[in-house]
Amino acid sequence: MPLNEIFSVLAEGALVTIQLVAMALPLATAMAFISGLLRLSEHRALRWLAAIYVEFFRGTSALIQLYWIYFVLPFFGISIDAITAGVVALGLNIGAYGSEVVRGGLLSVDRGQTEAAIALNFSPRQRLWRIIMPQALVGMMPPFGNLAIELVKATSLVSLITIADLTYRAKSLADMTLQVEEIFGLVLVFYFVMAQVLTLAIRALEKHLGKGMDRGGLA
Amino acid sequence: MSDYAVEFDNVTKQFGDNVLFEQFNFNIRKNEVVSIIGPSGSGKSTLLRILMTLEGIDAGMVRVQGESLWHMQKGGAWLPADERHLRKCRGHMGMVFQHFNLFPHMTVLRNITEAPIHVLGQSKEEARANGLELLRTVGLADKADAYPSQLSGGQKQRVGIARALAMRPSILLLDEITSALDPELVDEVLEVIRKLAAEDAYTMILVTHEMYFAREISDRVCFFDAGAIVEEGPPEQIFNQPKHERTRAFLNSFLNI
Ligand SMILES: Nc1ncnc2c1ncn2[C@@H]1O[C@H](COP(=O)(O)OP(=O)(O)O)[C@@H](O)[C@H]1O
Ligand SMILES: [Mg+2]
Repeated sequence: MPLNEIFSVLAEGALVTIQLVAMALPLATAMAFISGLLRLSEHRALRWLAAIYVEFFRGTSALIQLYWIYFVLPFFGISIDAITAGVVALGLNIGAYGSEVVRGGLLSVDRGQTEAAIALNFSPRQRLWRIIMPQALVGMMPPFGNLAIELVKATSLVSLITIADLTYRAKSLADMTLQVEEIFGLVLVFYFVMAQVLTLAIRALEKHLGKGMDRGGLA
Repeated sequence: MSDYAVEFDNVTKQFGDNVLFEQFNFNIRKNEVVSIIGPSGSGKSTLLRILMTLEGIDAGMVRVQGESLWHMQKGGAWLPADERHLRKCRGHMGMVFQHFNLFPHMTVLRNITEAPIHVLGQSKEEARANGLELLRTVGLADKADAYPSQLSGGQKQRVGIARALAMRPSILLLDEITSALDPELVDEVLEVIRKLAAEDAYTMILVTHEMYFAREISDRVCFFDAGAIVEEGPPEQIFNQPKHERTRAFLNSFLNI
């Protein structure tokens, strides 16, 4: 099979992978912030709930989580299509790791910032969203960048529940044509480019959020 | 209405088993300028932090402008203050911190206008005009659009003062506000405080190691040791004729540096 045909088949798979990332990333981000904030809640029950979520999804394998959602939940009357199952599994899994990033980021902001905010009579909500979170976000960006790359790589798991993503197409194409060098060489490039684009985007975001902040110094 | 801006009535404050204040009494008159001096660990910061609601108390009563700070009255009973009550009381006070605690993600002007806009409900234009005026009084009109990381320590602290003043407090709490500064930057900050004290519009409580400055601007100087006021009085008396041996030893340790 000529290289340009291989390329276009793989590109279609890459598009599916990009769609998965585009859907799982917002879910993971939402889960990371919700559970990260709940872990710092003053209500013990909420802290527990978030901790259980985090420990469960970090402590078990992403592949088994995916199988559970796709193959086992139907026995309990919950049937979802493969794409949704993939997005949910990946989003919840990466979100659990992100939760720790959010929590750590918030705790790393100097206590003096909260005290200044109290002295200026900001409400607890304003303290969080106007003073603490904008500073914490900057430090969260590099670990978020790592997790985004983890997410891109983890999408290849969905090929095991019949989604025709980049990895799935590469494998079927290789089985068919036996042109393994070209195919898997191209696949590497595709994944690498996707990861690079995400990395650059997150670096730009970090720079934007950190405007004026000379990190490490006292303000 | 009370003549006092600040009252501590039999206040007890402990950290774990460590009792810092025990049956502590201390009053400050309206528009009085009080300096607190004393060795490290004597409770000077904690006193200010209790007032700013950064630390709770274990017993007794604290009043700010006649209003109880850590307790509120509801249906004839005293209850622990809730966030709403605390926010009402905090409005009387402004605090300036040793390490500035400016918001690093905001420009100088926004550091000053953020709370007036979002806490006091001032319009953006009003807050901006006030903020620029305050920056002029602290000599930093040209730094409005700079970020804190671009300022010297003395400039940061002057922003810290302007930020506190923007909330129009009647009581100013100043905790060693020149201690983190290089010696040559101390005067520019003290000059601002000197002007504020001369306005006679603020009750000021300043914790300081600048003895000459305390002597110059204070109505009263209090020497703290181990959570108690060992000696207090007009600055001339404390600095010229200290009665207590501990006060004398403390002041001597400053002369010998
Ligand atoms: N958060 C805290 N936890 C435990 N002990 C504290 C805390 N804050 C202050 N202390 C103790 O209270 C005493 C007074 O501290 P502080 O008010 O900071 O003194 P000063 O400002 O006079 O140096 C010190 O012995 C200090 O160790
Ligand atoms: Mg102190």
